[in-house]
Amino acid sequence: MKLRLFFSLVTMWVMIGFAVPAKAELEIDITRGHLEPTPLAIPAFTGSSAPEREIGELIANVIRADLERSGLFKVLDQASYIEQQTNIDIQPRFADWRVIRADALLAGRVVIENENRVRVDMRLWDVFAETHLFGQQMGTTPENWRRIAHKIADSIYQKLTGESGYFDTRVVFIAESGPKINRTKRLAIMDQDGANPTFLTPGSYTVLTPRFSPTTQQITYLSYATQVPSVFLFNIETGRQEVLGDFPGMTFAPRFSPDGKKVIMSLVRAGNSDIWLMDLRTRRRVQLTDSPAIDTSPSFSPDGSKIVFNSDRGGSSQLYIMNVDGSGTHRITFGDGRYSAPVWSPRGDLIAFTKQNKGQFHIGVMRPDGDGERVLTTAYLDEGPTWSPNGRVLMFTRETRPGAGPKIWSIDLTGANLRRVPTPEDSSDPAWSPLIE
Amino acid sequence: MKTKLFCLIGASAFVLAACATDPQPTSSRTVTPTSTAPQPRPVTSVRSQVTPPLYVAKPGSVEEFSTSAGDRIYFAYNSYTLSAEARATLSKQAAWLNSYPRTRALLAGNCDERGTREYNLALGARRASAVKEYLVNLGVDPSRMTTISYGKERPIDPRSMGEAWSINRNTHTAIVSGASS
Repeated sequence: MKLRLFFSLVTMWVMIGFAVPAKAELEIDITRGHLEPTPLAIPAFTGSSAPEREIGELIANVIRADLERSGLFKVLDQASYIEQQTNIDIQPRFADWRVIRADALLAGRVVIENENRVRVDMRLWDVFAETHLFGQQMGTTPENWRRIAHKIADSIYQKLTGESGYFDTRVVFIAESGPKINRTKRLAIMDQDGANPTFLTPGSYTVLTPRFSPTTQQITYLSYATQVPSVFLFNIETGRQEVLGDFPGMTFAPRFSPDGKKVIMSLVRAGNSDIWLMDLRTRRRVQLTDSPAIDTSPSFSPDGSKIVFNSDRGGSSQLYIMNVDGSGTHRITFGDGRYSAPVWSPRGDLIAFTKQNKGQFHIGVMRPDGDGERVLTTAYLDEGPTWSPNGRVLMFTRETRPGAGPKIWSIDLTGANLRRVPTPEDSSDPAWSPLIE
Repeated sequence: MKTKLFCLIGASAFVLAACATDPQPTSSRTVTPTSTAPQPRPVTSVRSQVTPPLYVAKPGSVEEFSTSAGDRIYFAYNSYTLSAEARATLSKQAAWLNSYPRTRALLAGNCDERGTREYNLALGARRASAVKEYLVNLGVDPSRMTTISYGKERPIDPRSMGEAWSINRNTHTAIVSGASS
């Protein structure tokens, strides 16, 4: 709600900025779609040596790309910059940045302290208010410079929108290769911007539907490595894989509870899928649904009290919500078409879903009471949404047209800013990590 | 293209000489036969000369199961109901399985690509289970059969169109052990 107060401040400054510099800080309202992107100036980070300047250029590039990809910012062409800052601790000549219509200026410096440590200092300036918005200092190993860039982009996003960012995050997904009738599907992980793609499984067995733990460096997913396809846990730090539980049948559709201590999933018995909850520590399991219908794709509310899932108990696949003990089940979707693969927003206010209607697939969102449905996308195949940790962006699997092969795409909650997430090959089933600590 | 067709017909009719003397390099895109070249025979004349099958599937073999019973039954969209045609095939599968009681089968449920991944995994499990139940009712020992769902992960027709989707909605019965080789 606080956000509404910042309504269109940016626009106001453009109108009155030259005559009377506004006193309020630069703020951006991200709750509205199709907002004019805020113009930023981001020169290459300075350095006193060539290697420092090299890292400085790389870091600036990643920050520019992160912020531009959010759709909320436009990074001005570096060729237009008049002032060439050499010392970021000295106040910039604001007039030089106003004249190119930058709302804010990011200035940074790279210092290689020794071969194992690089330090990055940055300052964000409000060009029209002529104020120092904030400064940060961060250190890391030289090869880890990308994370510094993402953290700076997150800080800027947070400062200017009032909400936490999502750039220092990763995405687990399924990397696909080979012909459609003999597809290789491997568990893979990459940075949220597509950098550093890495395979986690060899491709000799099929892996599907990975999901990140909200609290630990663990992934849960469906693997065909065993005779009976089963839900597995993968520890990213150790590379260790283990079957989760000793269930009397195929398990699939796993997701972590918000505290990361439990996994909810479907179990098949005599062909029928019901929803079960398993405690990761005690390994105790509880059956939550017991219907002759398909009950699957369960997802927790962020407070851990409720579970949304899809079921065809009413004749076609629709979304239902139940309490965490399996009580109080009620249907929330009554629109045209079939609904599946629901995912509760980390903010709790919305549920994203896949909708099939009239031969098309859509990603949409609705409130947990089933009201306020908004369809965000349409394609031959759009499915399996995953939320950014701040609940502002969705990634999903898209096949743009028949036979095109699946790719990962993202869209803002507002319905604007549809983009393909770069992956080296066909990819599906993205799942967003929480912000990295 | 014309040359290839010509060679094929020639070979089938045991007229190999025409191809052996073909002077055209393979890179040539179109070939216009010279006026003196022999004209290809009409296709109808080839039919009677097609060779019969080379062998008959051995009794109790996987080949015999596939050819005599059929190893796949098909479903309507978003359905796991067994059609009359499916039940007829399953009766033959059951008869074969009952004739060879040492064999074991893996029943794999498959779906088309017009559903979401997890829903299709559940639907594939139903399709595999529907087949198992039917075979059990026809006297096949349930301990000889295991079921698996591949959801939409194992299409056998790669095309994205109705005809392919109807082929990809199936339960496949694989004889995994006990068959004669």
